Amino acid sequence: MCGIVGLYTKNPDIEQRLGDYLSSMLIEMTERGPDSAGIAVYRNPAPKGATKLTLHNADPNYSWPQLAHDMQEELGDKVSVEVRGSHAVLIAHEQYPAIRAWLHHHHPEVSVVSVGDKIEIYKEMGLPADVVQRFHLRDLRGTHALGHTRMATESAVTTEHSHPFSTGLDLCLVHNGSLSNHNRLRERLKKHDIEIRTDNDTEVAAGYLTWRLREGATLDEALEAAIKDLDGFYTFAVGTKDGFAVLRDPIACKHAVLAETDDWVAMATEYRSIATLPGADKAVIWEPVPAQIYSWSRA
Amino acid sequence: MIEVDLDQTEIRDLNERLHRLPPDTNERAWHIVNPKGRHAIGVGLDGPITVTIDGHVGFYCAGMNKQAEVVVNGHAGPGVAENMMSGFVRVRGNASQSAGASARGGLLVIEGDTSSRCGISMKGADIVVGGSVGHMSAFMAQRGNLVVCGDAGRSLGDSIYEARLFVRGSVESLGADCVEKELRPEHLDILTKLLDRAGIRANPREFKRYGSARKLYNFNVDHAAAY
Repeated sequence: MCGIVGLYTKNPDIEQRLGDYLSSMLIEMTERGPDSAGIAVYRNPAPKGATKLTLHNADPNYSWPQLAHDMQEELGDKVSVEVRGSHAVLIAHEQYPAIRAWLHHHHPEVSVVSVGDKIEIYKEMGLPADVVQRFHLRDLRGTHALGHTRMATESAVTTEHSHPFSTGLDLCLVHNGSLSNHNRLRERLKKHDIEIRTDNDTEVAAGYLTWRLREGATLDEALEAAIKDLDGFYTFAVGTKDGFAVLRDPIACKHAVLAETDDWVAMATEYRSIATLPGADKAVIWEPVPAQIYSWSRA
Repeated sequence: MIEVDLDQTEIRDLNERLHRLPPDTNERAWHIVNPKGRHAIGVGLDGPITVTIDGHVGFYCAGMNKQAEVVVNGHAGPGVAENMMSGFVRVRGNASQSAGASARGGLLVIEGDTSSRCGISMKGADIVVGGSVGHMSAFMAQRGNLVVCGDAGRSLGDSIYEARLFVRGSVESLGADCVEKELRPEHLDILTKLLDRAGIRANPREFKRYGSARKLYNFNVDHAAAY
């Protein structure tokens, strides 16, 4: 059992309070996922030609400015860094493959949590309320965000096993459910050079989408293919640069509810998360039908 | 009318108050505000009371209900009126999955739509849905009546026993051992009375009846593929 929340803003006032609203939604899903929690937020686009990364190191005394300094020496251009809890957001004027190679060689002690233009991911073990506080999530402004509270059933409770999982540039995946064919699929994806770091089933689903997208599929096409290739129970929410998408498996055992007002679109595992939003009682509310892709986007 | 604000009162305290009411109570009319999708509101009621809830409720509202009348002026989450024994539950909006699951008696009315598995394993209750029901509705339904004024999703009545299913609109597909049956005068009579009690206007003659072909009751090797 897990909890998923998502919020997509349709007006600038909501953007100003995105982190605050999403945090309240996340905390409402504590009973569904007290092991760990995480969010992906889309905000502050990196300048043209630059890459935004979220990095993680569990050491509270880790010297992020030193890492940024080292990277700047290497790349020659200014590298900015903003630290939030055990994570840091770096903006570097370089393409990701070169940054990844440099990090891998010089700083193998940090893990890359997200990469893109707008995405930032913050996730950690602990109760959602504690995670919200540690990362100061209520302060975040942005256009849209997804969140996940985890009750682990398939694999260990660590930060690396927490959601959201990055699935490529500005993409991430959160999952409520369990996949039954993830071991075989993991081996298949490794043959396609998809990096999978844990034994977690959702990471395989994320890797699967990464692979499909890399092969040229659109997000909708990748999700359509996922319905055929992923065996198990799932409600997925996929964060994209401009919005998010929601998909439930054909049996649809895993709950999901969507709601929309003039100001926002929200999705959650349970309505009580949505009830924390302003105007929720007047929202149009519906349940996504099985095996149908729902998506919102500014594009 | 006794008003309870769920922003001020814990669900457990509300339910305990309702459970403690004696059979001859004068506190018969209850008004609940700010449900905000909370779970288990009005579960396990057993008395001649009316509980009106203004807003959307979460999981299992009015579960195991006996005698009481529960009205939800909003939508309901999964498992509304599950295992109801008697009484009356009305949802003015839509209901999520497993509405009326394994309910033994009473009447559940959903004025809007319900999603999957409506009336799963129902054991004698009556369920009237003003809109449509999702997939696998009336799965293993044993007794009672399910009336659907709209359409039914795929695999309606899979592995059904002796429940009666009435659908006015289309049926995406029938489940194993569920077949269309003749709508005889006694069925019209049941349907007319149920629609009347539910307060839903629909012409009973526009419905089709579905029920068990009774081919799965005893194992027959020729039917092995249907299991």
